[in-house]
Amino acid sequence: MLALQGAFREHRLVLERMGIKSREVKKAEHLEGIDGLIIPGGESTTIGKLLVDFGIREPLLRLIEKGLPLFGTCAGMIVMAKEIVGSRQPRLGVMDIVVRRNAFGRQVDSFETDLEVKGIEGGPVRAVFIRAPYIEAAGEGVEILAEFAGKAVMARQENCLATAFHPELTSDNRIHQLFIQMVEDYLRKK
Amino acid sequence: MIDKGTWTVKKGLAEMLKGGVIMDVTTPEQAKIAEEAGAVAVMALEKVPADIRAAGGVARMADPEIILRIMDAVTIPVMAKCRIGHFVEAQILEAIGVDYIDESEVLTPADDQHHVNKHAFKVPFVCGARNLGEALRRIAEGAAMIRTKGEPGTGDVIEAVRHMRQMNKEIRRLQSLREEELMAAAKEMGAPYELVLEVARTGKLPVVNFAAGGIATPADAALLMQLGADGIFVGSGIFKSGDPMKRARAIVAATTHYNDPHVLAEVSRDLGEPMVGINISTLELVERMQERGW
Repeated sequence: MLALQGAFREHRLVLERMGIKSREVKKAEHLEGIDGLIIPGGESTTIGKLLVDFGIREPLLRLIEKGLPLFGTCAGMIVMAKEIVGSRQPRLGVMDIVVRRNAFGRQVDSFETDLEVKGIEGGPVRAVFIRAPYIEAAGEGVEILAEFAGKAVMARQENCLATAFHPELTSDNRIHQLFIQMVEDYLRKK
Repeated sequence: MIDKGTWTVKKGLAEMLKGGVIMDVTTPEQAKIAEEAGAVAVMALEKVPADIRAAGGVARMADPEIILRIMDAVTIPVMAKCRIGHFVEAQILEAIGVDYIDESEVLTPADDQHHVNKHAFKVPFVCGARNLGEALRRIAEGAAMIRTKGEPGTGDVIEAVRHMRQMNKEIRRLQSLREEELMAAAKEMGAPYELVLEVARTGKLPVVNFAAGGIATPADAALLMQLGADGIFVGSGIFKSGDPMKRARAIVAATTHYNDPHVLAEVSRDLGEPMVGINISTLELVERMQERGW
C-alpha cells in the first residue's frame, strides 16, 4: 500500500476483510518483497511529489517493468497515467492513457452510482466518484473495463489496473478481488 | 441514476485528504506555493488568523472574488470559512462552488446558540471541536470532518495538543463503560446518544479528525500525527514565517513521515524564521477563539 497520503487505511481494511496481508510503503526500502502495490485515492499532486522527493519513483518503475501488479484508485489512476491534461505534475506514467483531473466537476458535483464492470459478475458495483478523473483517450494495449456517461472510468493494461472511483469506500470486495487475481497470476509466473 | 452530495461523498473527500496538510492562503500566489509544496487543499481567506487577531473588529466570510481567484489558480480542493451559525454565508460559499466549508471560530460568530444545519447542504462541512461532546454535536448537525480548535493564530501548539488528547481520552473512556452507562455519559457530554453508542463500539470518531490551531513547525505537525490526528491544518504558521515554500514542504514531509525521527530531523534543518507567535497564557479568556462554539 503506497502510504504517502490519502485513503490508504480504507484499502488496507478491504484487504484485511479478504484475509490478505498488507503493509505501508513510505520509502523505497519498503518496496522490498511486495507482491503488488495499491496507490490509494488522495491528492495526486501530493502523492506524485512525495514519490519523487523520497526516491520511490525510480525503484518502483523498475519493479513495474518486471511485472509487479499495480492498482490505482482516483488519484492513483492519475499518478499511473502517461498524460494528464494541462498538468506537468510528477507521475509514474506507466499506463498509456490520457486522464483529465476533476473531470466531473468540483466537490458539489461528486456523486455515487451503480456501474457495470466488464469481467465482474453478480450485478453492478456501487461506484463513489469524488472530484474524480476520467480517461479521455487510451492506447491500443489498454482495455476499458467500465464507462459512465460515455466516459471511460476503469481500465487495465497488462499489470496495471485503475479506477476513477473508490471501491475502498464500499463494502463490496469484487474489484479488489480482480486485483488479487492479477497478483496471484504474477506470483504463479514468477 | 446518480446521487450527489450523499454522506459517503461528503465524508469521502475528507478521507482522501488524510495524511495531508491543508494550508491557509490569502492570494492566488500563496495558493500556488501551497499546491507546489504538496498541500492536499487550501483554505481561502482574506486574512490569516494571526492577522485577524491583530486587526480585531468583526471577522466575516472572505469576499467571494478572493475565493474565486484562488479556485482558478489551483487544481487541489479549495475550502472557505463561514461564521458560526451564518447559514447564508454558507449558502453563498456553496453557490460559488467551494469544495469544503469550515464553520469556523476564527471568524466572529453570527449566532450565539446555534450552528448551521449542515445536512441542508450538498457541500461538506468541517467544524472545530475541543472535546468529544462538541465533536459529536457538530457531526449530528452534519459535519463530515472534525478538526481540533487549538488556539488559532498563536503558533502555540499547546491547545491543539490538549484538544486532541482530550478527545482521545474521552473515546477511550466510552469504550470502558458498560452499555447502560452510556446514556448518562451522553447526557454529561451533551452528545447525541446514537453517536455515543457508535463511538463506544468502534473506538473512533465517525468522521476524519484533523489537528488545527497553533501548528507552526514540522515537529508540531508530527506531534499531533503521533497523538492520533488524521491530518494537519496550518493557518498562520506558513505564510507568517521567513521562508513559506521551504516550511510548507517540510510540514508536508513531516506529516507523511511523522513516525520517522530521521526524516523529521532532516526536514527541520535550516527552515528560517518561524512565525513569531503568542504564548497562550498571555491571552485573556475573551481573546481565545476556541471559546466560540456551542
